Amino acid sequence: MRRYSVFAVAREAMRAHKGWEAQWTSPEPRSSYDVIIVGAGGHGLGAAYYLAKEHGITNVAVIEKGWLGGGNTGRNTTIIRSNYLYEESMDIYEHSLKLWEGLSQDLNYNVMYSPRGVMMLSHNTHDMQSFKRHINANRLYGIDNEWLTPEQAKAYVPPLDIAKTARYPINGAALQRRGGTARHDAVAWGYARAASDRGVHIIQNCEVTGIRRGPNGEVLGVETSKGFIGAQKIGVSAAGHSSVVMEMAGVRVPLHSTPLQALVSEPLKPIFPCVVMSNTVHAYISQSDKGELVIGAGTDQYNSYSQTGGLQIITHTLDAICELFPIFRRVKMMRQWGGITDNTPDRSPIQGVTPVPGLFVNCGWGTGGFKATPGSANLFAHLIAKGEPHRLAAGLTLDRFRTGRLIDEAAAAAVAH
Amino acid sequence: MLLIHCPYCEEDRSELEFRWAGEAHIARPENIAAISDEEFAEYFFLRNNEKGLTYERWRHIHGCGRFFNAARDTVSDRFLTTYKAGMPKQLLPETGASEKTVETYEATEGDAR
Amino acid sequence: MSASSNSGTFRIKGAGRLTPARTARFTFDGKSYTALEGDTVASALLAHGVHLLGRSFKYHRPRGILSAGPEEPNALIDVSRDAARRQPNVRATVQEVFDGAKIASQNRWPSLKFDVGAINNLFSPFFAAGFYYKTFMWPREAWVKIYEPFIRRAAGLGVAPTEEDPDHYANRYAHCDVLIAGAGVAGLTAALSAAATGQSVFLVDEQPEVGGALHYDTATTIDGQNGYDWAQAIAAKLKAMPNVTVLTRTTVFGYYNHGFLGLVERVTDHVAKPAKSAPRERLWQVRAKKVVLATGSIERHMVFANNDRPGIMLASAARTFLNHHGVAVGRQVGVYTAHDSAYEAAFDLKRAGVSIAAIVDCRPDPGEALLAQARALGISVLSGHSVTDTGGRLRISSMTVARNGGGDARRIAVDSLIVSAGWTPSVHLFSQSRGKLRFDGVNQRFLPDIYAQNCVSVGSCNGTDDLAELIDEAIAAGGGSVTLAGENRFEWTGGMIGAAEGAGPDTTVKAFVDFQHDVTAKDIRLAVREGMHSIEHIKRFTTNGMASDQGKLSNMHGLAIAAEMLDRPIPQVGLTTFRAPYTPVTYGTLVGHSRGELFDPARKTPMHALEAAEGAEFEDVGNWKRAWYYPRRGEDMLAAVNRECRTVREVAGVFNGSTLGKIEVVGPDAAQFLNLLYTNAWDSLKPGKSRYGIMTREDGFVYDDGVVGRLAEDRFHVTTTTGGAPRVLHHMEDYLQTEFPHLRVWLTSTTEQWAVIAVQGPKAREIIQPFVDGVDISNEAFPHMSVAECSVMGVPARLFRVSFTGELGYEINVPADYGPAVWRAIWERAAPIGACLYGTETMHVLRAEKGYIIVGQDTDGTVTPDDAGLGWAVSSKKSDFVGIRGLKRPDLVREGRKQLVGLLTKDPALVLEEGGQIVADPNQARPMTMLGHVTSAYWSENCGRSIALALVAGGRARIGETLHVPLKDRTIEVEVTDMVFFDKQGGRING
Repeated sequence: MRRYSVFAVAREAMRAHKGWEAQWTSPEPRSSYDVIIVGAGGHGLGAAYYLAKEHGITNVAVIEKGWLGGGNTGRNTTIIRSNYLYEESMDIYEHSLKLWEGLSQDLNYNVMYSPRGVMMLSHNTHDMQSFKRHINANRLYGIDNEWLTPEQAKAYVPPLDIAKTARYPINGAALQRRGGTARHDAVAWGYARAASDRGVHIIQNCEVTGIRRGPNGEVLGVETSKGFIGAQKIGVSAAGHSSVVMEMAGVRVPLHSTPLQALVSEPLKPIFPCVVMSNTVHAYISQSDKGELVIGAGTDQYNSYSQTGGLQIITHTLDAICELFPIFRRVKMMRQWGGITDNTPDRSPIQGVTPVPGLFVNCGWGTGGFKATPGSANLFAHLIAKGEPHRLAAGLTLDRFRTGRLIDEAAAAAVAH
Repeated sequence: MLLIHCPYCEEDRSELEFRWAGEAHIARPENIAAISDEEFAEYFFLRNNEKGLTYERWRHIHGCGRFFNAARDTVSDRFLTTYKAGMPKQLLPETGASEKTVETYEATEGDAR
Repeated sequence: MSASSNSGTFRIKGAGRLTPARTARFTFDGKSYTALEGDTVASALLAHGVHLLGRSFKYHRPRGILSAGPEEPNALIDVSRDAARRQPNVRATVQEVFDGAKIASQNRWPSLKFDVGAINNLFSPFFAAGFYYKTFMWPREAWVKIYEPFIRRAAGLGVAPTEEDPDHYANRYAHCDVLIAGAGVAGLTAALSAAATGQSVFLVDEQPEVGGALHYDTATTIDGQNGYDWAQAIAAKLKAMPNVTVLTRTTVFGYYNHGFLGLVERVTDHVAKPAKSAPRERLWQVRAKKVVLATGSIERHMVFANNDRPGIMLASAARTFLNHHGVAVGRQVGVYTAHDSAYEAAFDLKRAGVSIAAIVDCRPDPGEALLAQARALGISVLSGHSVTDTGGRLRISSMTVARNGGGDARRIAVDSLIVSAGWTPSVHLFSQSRGKLRFDGVNQRFLPDIYAQNCVSVGSCNGTDDLAELIDEAIAAGGGSVTLAGENRFEWTGGMIGAAEGAGPDTTVKAFVDFQHDVTAKDIRLAVREGMHSIEHIKRFTTNGMASDQGKLSNMHGLAIAAEMLDRPIPQVGLTTFRAPYTPVTYGTLVGHSRGELFDPARKTPMHALEAAEGAEFEDVGNWKRAWYYPRRGEDMLAAVNRECRTVREVAGVFNGSTLGKIEVVGPDAAQFLNLLYTNAWDSLKPGKSRYGIMTREDGFVYDDGVVGRLAEDRFHVTTTTGGAPRVLHHMEDYLQTEFPHLRVWLTSTTEQWAVIAVQGPKAREIIQPFVDGVDISNEAFPHMSVAECSVMGVPARLFRVSFTGELGYEINVPADYGPAVWRAIWERAAPIGACLYGTETMHVLRAEKGYIIVGQDTDGTVTPDDAGLGWAVSSKKSDFVGIRGLKRPDLVREGRKQLVGLLTKDPALVLEEGGQIVADPNQARPMTMLGHVTSAYWSENCGRSIALALVAGGRARIGETLHVPLKDRTIEVEVTDMVFFDKQGGRING
């Protein structure tokens, strides 16, 4: 692989960029692989990369029914943070954040991880209690997260309305300075390039239609639109279609899939620096490097695989955004879109072994999978290579739904009394 | 925004009047206190999450307040029918759903005819 | 000077439809201009010979006006009426001039003509598509500190508003039988046809007047009438029909599920002095049984070297400016085309007296009919030629023309160049409706194929070019019968997609595909070379089609270039997704009235005004406004709360409990129903008594709590938490309707029917006694947890003897309308005795002193009744209740679960932080092992020290242990205790 650098760019500039090679190859599938990963999103491509890099397993294929990075990796609002409440969550998201910090250099691909800060607004006593619970837990766990007064929040984000007369006045905020954003496509491309360079096959436009199993129930490989492909191990990382793929192996997972919408504005000159979120009024917003305001809207209430949703979800989100930032009322929505999120009952992911020998699952990241990309991929690679979860992902098993040992991040933000 | 037929009001009304209430035809076990942990997990957590024809519950919460069932294609979001709670599952041919389904245009990108 | 020359030297007398006498003045970058009413900013500036309007996104190249419509990628301007009414990123081709408008160019510094950012153009060899993925990585910190801030400042177009928008926006909902998007010939005809059947019809068009292509197309006549005039006459006729709504200046921006459409109507942006009452824009949300898409098509530009200079524009745009606005786009106009339509533009211009330098047609044989006409008008046609370059800096000054295949190159001086590569059907709304397209290989275009909704496409968006066919199609779509005779002097053919021949080598040439984002043909080729084979990858890598015009002009060209590189047929490369909105939509329009108080209307109790009059500070609890505390002069919050806490225990306090959720559970099986929904047993509760109930869901975690009073065998008054009422009722209804439908029970929300006045404290009975009739409230006759229906001040009431403070206490429920009167009377009696009003903060402290929990604060959805110390409330006798199985799961019965306990700080003066985490060893390394967290922490004036509640792993077994709460700046030592801090014997409640 030719390394990317400013010198390489300069050299290519002299010859009309004719010398760049393909970032990844598009090979025909072999008859079998040591490991097949279903789903070429960030998690799946990353898992393949780490299998090759950290576990020496390079006879790996990542199979994708569409184009790589075209699922939730390429549809999310790219928020990165690790200030979760429970230890199981902090473990994976902080592991991830640490990987984000060196990812561009590791991949030799600028994924534009930008630790511009993630600010979560507190609007009432209940929010404050909840945020301080997070902040204290994070601090003792070695994760940065700090409390800001309304005035400090405003100093950080000047367009914010902190008037006490607001319908939901802001009484403070939690700020994780290391949180931020990254360029979502670059994450998929960077992993694809680095994995491809280490011999991983990325097979796009190839839909998995079945999982073939042996006499003892173990996996033998996958049926695809390009024929059968054998595998000793299969890792499913197909967010948005996890239930569908797992059902092929007869495994039911506790998921429901809902549309999640997002929107961007027309490009504007920089107006505020960080990510701002509010759970109470249901909104989050950041500004991209191109100048667009990137806004995450809510999920539609019903199960759907349609990647579209209702206008009322968008308008409700903008109601909230314009309350927080009254100067944005004349800004215009340029594009709205949707993705499909796979949600677990406790809103925490599932990563672990399954009842089917050789089949591993990574799913249920809900609305927050992007931030977990490097960490999840790294731990998923470990799981597949070793056959058992890494210490940091040990709590994410399917079994928790039997025992009741849930990781209920949603419940921890219980509604106000 | 979906348009939903309430089988009690016998009216097509906007989704804003309704609340989705999960998969339909999952009966609470009569002997719930006696079932195993596995059975409980299945009853309480596991859902079909169908891609295609799904049976689900809705409540006309800002209307008559009644819960009812619906058959909907989760790819096209088209309702095939809605029917009152307590009525047996309205069996519909699976193919009937997908036949008229137009896949999300993105799902078939690169595949315009 | 005549009026017309005053409005611009390029205004052509006798041309266009604007009235020379009606003028408006505006400024552009500070310079004043006169326009005619009906001008867009673009036409008005062109009339004055101004072509340079902006700078591009990446290279800051000078840009002009490319189109005459919403597809405009270049001419984005900043429009303001005043400081607060400033709008960035407005398309000059859409914005109508109004008198007094202040227009400014964007993305340039210090001026439009001299822009420092244009240095990027020199470095453009470095800035190929995706270059930033390959560099800016070293050193690691520099990305954040240097590179990214630089890139961000350079990017972005307009400047966001800096003041709150003073304008208001309206919102309307509508239903109709047929909605027709687009009011050109096809749309108008479909509307006529549909209207004739009596159906309710919406006809919607984005332009100020109907007519669509008839704005420029002067060759069409219908029923013997000039096309544009016909359109206006038909619109007038339709407007007069009661079943038809005609909306102009209105864009159908989104086509959603089940016939739901979003429309935005621009109401005042074109008006010089809008009425104060008029909304700026109006959002229409329309549910249509059927949709007719008559959205027309958009002309494409030619892709060739330096095709972006100001003065280069679409042929149809030049024709619109001439035929509608009466403006010539130049004096010496070149034409470069692959399609017949540009000839008509040239002919129109020539007839209007504009010199046509040459028509350069890249097709070898444009056909004798066109050539003959050109000859007749004295226009030279260079067929089989291409424009290979242009000259000029801030405006085109020449075009270089060469024979296809090379040779015979010459430079021709022009001051404007009009181009056409053919037409792209506007299938955006069709695609949004989730219809599926097919590729028409002959005409190189995507057309509607499989419909997903009740929708039909007519006219050129459906690929129907022939006028007679188009009319038939539109009549059929409308469902009625109308007779129309259309005639068009021209039949159009031709068109191309992709880079034109002679566009030049990649090394030296910038042939723009996407103008706003500066995406060139070579960028797309580079993307393919780098392995981007999906059109989505190419789009994302190059940003082609991602600018504010969303690829209306660039998508097809980009696709064709990619397909050629990939050596794959176009349909196999595919098309990127069309997403809403069709054109950008103002946030404020989508928000409408949902701002300020109407964002989420606050719920207020009947006594809200009285509380406010007593000086209450309020807090948000869910969407309620609750009195928080009642500061007296000079008191801060702590002083007020301390006083209130002391007073309640020493004398009494009056508290507004109206926000508590209330559900009336009635019916012969009501007790049985509550047995199933609560962990407690209800059979044994006698009428006239109440009991504290715990509700779990099937998972066994505490879901809600509250006191339930039994008024009669078949009637319960259930209370819930303030925030929990709606979900508890929903949960109850769910079980009643679907799991236990055999039970004869009826549920009614009564939260807002009852005002609740709590009187708590030793003197509570003394205070309420005189008001109560119909029940003996002596301690013996009406002990703790009694309930009675009685009257208070002659008002029918429900009286609970109940306490959330540990004091003698009553809660008086009266019909909401009487709440204020009863409240006032009680307070007038209580105040002289020395009682106080108290708010939620004091309520919280007093209940914590007694170890009473608040669901949602001391529990969080992972807490079982036993964890909360409420195991006694879980009946062991019942064979079933919701939660019975979940409670027995392995993790819910394991040792060491977090349990609710009390915490006392070693230093009694220190108040813990709610949310503080608890550890055994504060000196351990991070990540620390955390045992739990502080759920409630207060200064207790009555205890003379701080108190706290906490969830602690194995908490009840740790009573007496010392633990630590490490906060940011100090670590606080605490002792684990039981949860009752005040009146441990609990005698006061029975006082």
